[in-house]
Amino acid sequence: MTPIPLQSRLPRTYRIKAIKQETEMVRTFTFDGSLGAKPGQFIMVWMPGVDEVPMSVAEDDGAQTRITFFAVGDMTNEFAKLQVGDLAGLRGPFGTHYEWEPGQHIVLVAGGYGAAPMYFVAKETVGHGCTLEVIVGARGKEHLLFVKELEALPHVSLHIATNDGSAGYKGFNTDILEKLLSSCPRDSHSAKKKECHPVDQVFGCGPEMMLKKISEITAKYDVPSQLSMERYMKCGYGLCGNCVIDPLGIRMCVEGPVVKNEVLLKLAEFGKYHRDDLGKKNSFDAPPKK
Amino acid sequence: MNLSQTLLGVTFENPTVLASGIMGITASSWRLIAERGAGAITTKSLWLHEHKGHRNPTIISTEHWTLNAVGVPDAGPEKAREEIGDFLRNKPVPLIANIIAESVENFALTAEELLPLHPDFLEVNISCPNVEDEFGKPFACSAPDAAAVTKAVKKVSKGTPVFIKLSPNVDSIAKIAEACAKAGADGFTVINTVGPGMAIDLRSRMPILANKVGGLSGPGIKPIAVKCIADVYSATDGKLPIIGTGGVYTGEDAIELMLAGASLVGIGTAVADRGLDVFKHVCDEIQMWCTNEGVDNVTDLIGGMHKELQKRS
Repeated sequence: MTPIPLQSRLPRTYRIKAIKQETEMVRTFTFDGSLGAKPGQFIMVWMPGVDEVPMSVAEDDGAQTRITFFAVGDMTNEFAKLQVGDLAGLRGPFGTHYEWEPGQHIVLVAGGYGAAPMYFVAKETVGHGCTLEVIVGARGKEHLLFVKELEALPHVSLHIATNDGSAGYKGFNTDILEKLLSSCPRDSHSAKKKECHPVDQVFGCGPEMMLKKISEITAKYDVPSQLSMERYMKCGYGLCGNCVIDPLGIRMCVEGPVVKNEVLLKLAEFGKYHRDDLGKKNSFDAPPKK
Repeated sequence: MNLSQTLLGVTFENPTVLASGIMGITASSWRLIAERGAGAITTKSLWLHEHKGHRNPTIISTEHWTLNAVGVPDAGPEKAREEIGDFLRNKPVPLIANIIAESVENFALTAEELLPLHPDFLEVNISCPNVEDEFGKPFACSAPDAAAVTKAVKKVSKGTPVFIKLSPNVDSIAKIAEACAKAGADGFTVINTVGPGMAIDLRSRMPILANKVGGLSGPGIKPIAVKCIADVYSATDGKLPIIGTGGVYTGEDAIELMLAGASLVGIGTAVADRGLDVFKHVCDEIQMWCTNEGVDNVTDLIGGMHKELQKRS
C-alpha cells in the first residue's frame, strides 16, 4: 500500500511565539514547530471554537513556521486578536510546491499578500544558487509586503509596482513581467550570445486575475510558469472534492495549489469562476450570488 | 476473469463505486474518478433546497481513522441538474444520485426533482450522523421511519431502482432492512459512517470538529461493514442487491464485503491514502486474486460466505 504522505491530517495546537504587524491589516504569526512545509504548500489553520482556513506558509525553516494573513473574513478577524502565547491548531503541509533547478533565473510575481509565500520561495531558491527578479505589487505603498526582507536577500533584483503610483512603477506588476520577458526572449540573438540573461521560469502568487495575466504573458513568451491557485478548502487532502477545478476535476489541495501553466491553460474555470462552500459557482467579475 | 455484472438492468464494468460524499460535488470530478477506474459514481447527498454545512474543521484523520462532520452542504436542485445533466450527457459509467431530506415528504420531492435526469439508481441517505443537532435522530434508526421514507420515495420513483443507505449505529440493522424491503426497497447501501465519534485537542481542551462529533470511517470500520452487510443479506434472503461500503482499501477488502453479500463495493476514505487510482488498484487486486483462486466471474463471490455456511450446515 502507498504510504500516507508526510503530512498531519489532524490539527495539533502550537503556541504563538511572536507576532509582527506587517501592514494595517496584515500580521505574521510565528509558531514554535515545523510541519516540513515547502514553498507554495499550504497548511490548515484552526482557531478552536471559531473556524479553520487554509493559509500559505510564509516560512518553514525546519524549526519554526510562519504564516502571514490578511484580516479580511470572520475567522481571520478573530484570529488577528490572538496574542503571543495563545494557541492555534496547524495541520499539513498540503498540496504541491514550486519546483526549480539550482542556478535558474526566475521571476517571482507577488500580488498583495501573495508576497508572503513568494518570500519563502525567494529564500529557498537563492539558497540553491538561483538569481531572481522579484516583482512585488500592491494597491498602494502602505500595502506592500516583505520589501525589506526581499531587499536583504542576495541575488535578488526587486521591482515594485503600485496601482496608485505611491511607490515604484505606477500600474500592474504584470506590466513589469512583460517588460522583463520581452527584453530578453529565450531564443533571441542576444540571449544566445549571453548578452542578456533569459528567464527560465516564472512563479506567481496573488489574486486570480493577476495569475490569469501571468499565464497569458508567459504562454506568449513561451516561458514556463507555476502559479498558486486559491480555492475553498475543507479536508485539505483530497477527499471532500470542494476544491476541484473544471473541466479536469483536479483537486487544488492535492494536484494544486501550485499548478504549472500547461495545466492551467486547460482549466476553463481559471480566471472565470470559483466554487463556494456549497459548490456553487461564483464569477470573478461579479459579486457572489446570494 | 470477468469483473462486470448487470444489476437491476444497469451494467457495471467493475464492482467499485465512488462512495457518496467523496469528490462528489462536480461533474468534472465524477468524470475524473470514472477515468481513473471506478465502475460507478455516487453524488454527494442532494437536498431539495440549498443547505449549509458545518464550519471547519469538518474532516480530520490519523493513520487509523477519519472523522467527518461536513454537515451535507449542497447548493440545491439547480446545481444538481447542471452537474448531473453534464455528466449524463456523455456518461462514462453509471451514476447513483444520493438524496437526503429532513422529512418523509421532502425525500419524495427531492427524488421527483432528480428523476427526470434519469440517474441509474437513487440512493436514499437516511443515515447521516452529522445533521442530528439540526434534524434529530436519523430515519435509519427506526424501522417505521425508514420504511416510511422508502415507501414515499418508491411511490414516485417509477422504474428507477431505489437503494436505502443504512446506518450501522442501530440495535438491529436486519430489522430496519426488513422494514425497508417490505416498503419496496430495491436494494441497500451498507453502511454509512460509524459512531459518531469525537476527537479532543489536548492543549486547548476543545473538540476538534466544529460539529464536535462526526462519522467514523477508514480501514478500522471494515469488520462492522462486513457484519452489517451479512445481516442485511440474511434478512432479505440475498434477494436485494447491496452496495457494500466501509473500510475498503484493497481488492481483498472488496472481496470480503462481496462474500458477506455485497454486489458492488463503495470506496471513500481510501482515496486519501491510495489516491485516485485506488479504484484501478482494487480492481487489479480483485482480478489477480480471482485468477489465482480460479474464480471466473466476480458475481460468483456475492454472498459466498452464506452459501458456504449453508453447505456446511
